[in-house]
Amino acid sequence: MKRFAALLLSLLMVVSLCACGETKTETSQSAEVKTEASNTEETKTEVTEPVKIKAGFIFLHDENSTYDKNFIDAAKEACDKLGIEYVMKTNIPEGQECYEAAAELADEGCGIVFADSFGHEDFMIQAAKEYKDVQFCHATGTKAHTEGLDNYHNAFASIYEGRYLAGIAAGMKLNEMIENGKITAEEAKIGYIGAYTYAEVISGYTSFFLGARSVCPSATMEVTFTGSWYDETAEKEGANTLIADNCVLISQHADSMGAPTACETAGVPNVSYNGSTASVAPNTFIVSSRINWAPYFEYAITKAAAGETFEADWTGTIATESVLLTELGGAAAPGTQEAIDAAKAKLVDGSLKVFDTATFTVNGEAVTSCMADVDTDAAYEGDHEVIVDGAFEESTFRSAPYFNLNIDGITLLNSAF
Amino acid sequence: MTNQDKVKEPLFHIVKRDAIPAGKAWGIRVLAILAALVVCAIVTTVLTKDNPLSVYATIFKGAFGSARKTWVTFQDLSILLIISLALTPAFKMKFWNIGGEGQVLIGGLAAAACMIQLAGKMNNVMIIICMIVTSIAAGAFWGFVPAFFKAKWNTNETLATLMMNYIATQLVAFYTVRWEVPKGSGKIGIINQSTELGWLPQIGNKYLLSILVAAIVTIGMYIYLNYSKHGYEIAVVGESENTARYVGMKVKKVIIRTMLLSGGLCGLAGLMLVGGINHTVTTTIAGGQGFTAVMVSWLAKFNPLTMVFTSFLIVFLGRGAGEISTRFGLNHSFSDILTGIILFFIIGCEFFIYYKINFRKSNKKEEEK
Repeated sequence: MKRFAALLLSLLMVVSLCACGETKTETSQSAEVKTEASNTEETKTEVTEPVKIKAGFIFLHDENSTYDKNFIDAAKEACDKLGIEYVMKTNIPEGQECYEAAAELADEGCGIVFADSFGHEDFMIQAAKEYKDVQFCHATGTKAHTEGLDNYHNAFASIYEGRYLAGIAAGMKLNEMIENGKITAEEAKIGYIGAYTYAEVISGYTSFFLGARSVCPSATMEVTFTGSWYDETAEKEGANTLIADNCVLISQHADSMGAPTACETAGVPNVSYNGSTASVAPNTFIVSSRINWAPYFEYAITKAAAGETFEADWTGTIATESVLLTELGGAAAPGTQEAIDAAKAKLVDGSLKVFDTATFTVNGEAVTSCMADVDTDAAYEGDHEVIVDGAFEESTFRSAPYFNLNIDGITLLNSAF
Repeated sequence: MTNQDKVKEPLFHIVKRDAIPAGKAWGIRVLAILAALVVCAIVTTVLTKDNPLSVYATIFKGAFGSARKTWVTFQDLSILLIISLALTPAFKMKFWNIGGEGQVLIGGLAAAACMIQLAGKMNNVMIIICMIVTSIAAGAFWGFVPAFFKAKWNTNETLATLMMNYIATQLVAFYTVRWEVPKGSGKIGIINQSTELGWLPQIGNKYLLSILVAAIVTIGMYIYLNYSKHGYEIAVVGESENTARYVGMKVKKVIIRTMLLSGGLCGLAGLMLVGGINHTVTTTIAGGQGFTAVMVSWLAKFNPLTMVFTSFLIVFLGRGAGEISTRFGLNHSFSDILTGIILFFIIGCEFFIYYKINFRKSNKKEEEK
C-alpha cells in the first residue's frame, strides 16, 4: 500500500511538472498559428499591404543558447510585426540535416528560409541551388558575395561597434576600481573567453579591448579559447582560469551562461554578449552588446514577399538599430551611460572609427596595410586591402568580420584555430 | 514463523518462464508498444493540450509526411542498420564492442582525407576507390586494436573500444582544425562542393545508395552468421571459449577476424555518411548512432532481419518526435522524453517474455491446500 501511495505521489509530481511547462508551450503555439488576418491593422510599417509569405527558420540550438535565443526572439518579433506565418526548426546540426531541414521548409511552402549558424552555410547553398524560387538567408556566412546565386544571401551586423561601446563600459568599471584603490592602474587586466581563434571572435575581442582602453589607457587583456561555440563547462572553466590569473573583469564570446555564472560566483564584473545575463549574474552584470536581427528579418521577408531582389550581403549597423546594447546592470560604474552615448553618437556620425590604426599597434608597429581573406578560399589567401584612410575597414567588403590581427596589449593564452 | 510466512504470501511473485511461443512473445511486445503510445499520448496531451490522435498523426508525418521525409527516414534507417549489423557479429561472440562510434568516425575521417588530399591529383573514380579502401581499412584497424589486446592479453574490450572512441573524436577535431575553411572557423564545410570530387555516385536519387548498401549488408550478414563456417565459429566462441578451444577452433583468430569485420563495416557506415550523405566530417557526424546501434542489435536478438524492424522503430520514433517538437514549438528535449518512454516499455517488456508474475491466489484455494 505504501508503495502504491509513493507511486501515486510521484505520478502527481510528474503531472504537476507538466503543468508548469504549459504556459511556455501555449505562448509559442499561439505565436506560431498567428496568420495574416490577425495583424492586418499593422499600418505603421512601410508595408502598405499585408505581407504574404511563409518564413522558415533553422537554429543550431534552442533557447538555452544565448546566441540562438537572440535569433529566436528576433524572428518572432519580426514575423509577428509583419503578421506572417512561420515555422521554426531548432537543434539542427551543421551537417546534411541542415540541407534536409531547409529543403523540408521549402517543400512546406516557405518562401524564405533563414539559418543562424556559421556551419550551416554550405548546406544552405546546396538547398539554394535546388530551390530557385525560395530565398535562403544565412546569418554570419561569408560566401554569398562570391557564390553568384540570386536566392542566397548573407547577413551580419557591425557588432564590433557594439563591442566597442561595451568595452567603454568595461573601461569605466576598471577606472572605478582603480579610483577605489581596489586595484592599481597596472593591475587593470581584462579576461576574455572566446570560442574559436576566428575573425569574428578576434574582431569582437579587439574592438572590446580598444573600447576599454579608450577610457582606461593602462588596460591589458588575456584571451582564452574554448574551441566550441557552446560549451558551458569549458566557458566556466575558462572564466575561472582567467579570474585565478588576476583578471579583474571578464567578457566572453561564447554562447552559454558558463562565464557569467562563474563571474557571479567569484564576484568579478562581467560584460556579456547576445543579450542580458542579469538573470544569472544580478550582482556582476555590467552590460551586454547584441545583434538585433529583427531589422534584417523584416527587410529580407518584405523584399522576398514582394518578389524583389535584395542584397546578397547585408550589413546592419548601429544606426539601423541592428547593433544594440542592453540596459546597464547594477555593476556598471557611474557615468557609463553618458560615456556610451557620447561614443555612440560619434560612431553614428562617422567621426570615430573603432579600428583607427592610430589607436593600436601590431608587434610595436602601426599597421599601414593589411590584405584580408574576404573571398573565402581554402588557402586563406588575402584578397582585399582593408586599411583605408588610416582605419581597418571592418564589415564593409563583406558583412561577416575579417579582422584577424593580434594587436599589442592582448595576450592569447591558447588558440583554437 | 513459518506459519506466518505461509499466511503472508506476497501479493505477487515472479517466476521464470520455461519458454514462450513466438506468437505470445510478439503479443507482449505489441502490447508494450501500445502501452508506450498511451503513456506518450497522456504526457503529450498534458503538455500540448492536443488530441493524442493528431499527435500520432504528427509522429507519422514526421517520418512519412512527404516524399523527401520518407526518403530521409529510410536513409537514416540504412545508416543505423549498417552500424547495428556491424556490431552484431562481435556481440554474438560476446565481445562487447561499444566502439562503433569511433569506428564510424575514423572511417569517415579517412574518406574525408581522401576527398581533400587527393582532389586534383587523381580522377574521380580513383578517389572513390581510395575512399572505399581507406575507410573500411581505417574502421577495421579501429576494431583490430582492442581485439588484438583482448586476444593477446585478455584486456577488457569494453573499456578499450570505448576509449578508442575518444581517440577517434579527437583525431577528427584535430583534422577539422587542419582543414577548416575559413581560418579559425572550426568547420570544414562541404568538401569539393563545386567539383563534387569524391562524392559517391547517386543511384536514382541522393538517398538510394546507402539504402541499397544497407540491404546488401543485411542479407550478407544474415547468410554469414547463419550459413557460414565463420558464423558458426562466432556462435561457439560466444557460447563458450573453452568449448571452442576443445573442438580445435583458433579462438584468438576468430576474435580478431570478427572485430576486423565489425570495425570494417562501421568504417563503411562512415564512408556512406561522409562520401554519400554529408560530404563533410565533424566530430558529431556519427551522432551517437554507434551507441544506439547497441540497443538496436540487442533488441533484435542479433538477428539481422529483425534488426531492420528494430532500427526502423528507433528512426521512426526519432523523426516523429522531432516533428512534434517543431509543430508544437517544444524544446527538443521533449522528443527525447517520448523516445525514452517508448524505449523503456520496449526494453521492459522483454522482462515479461522471460518471466511471469503469479498473483496471490485467493484464500479459499489456499485453505484447500
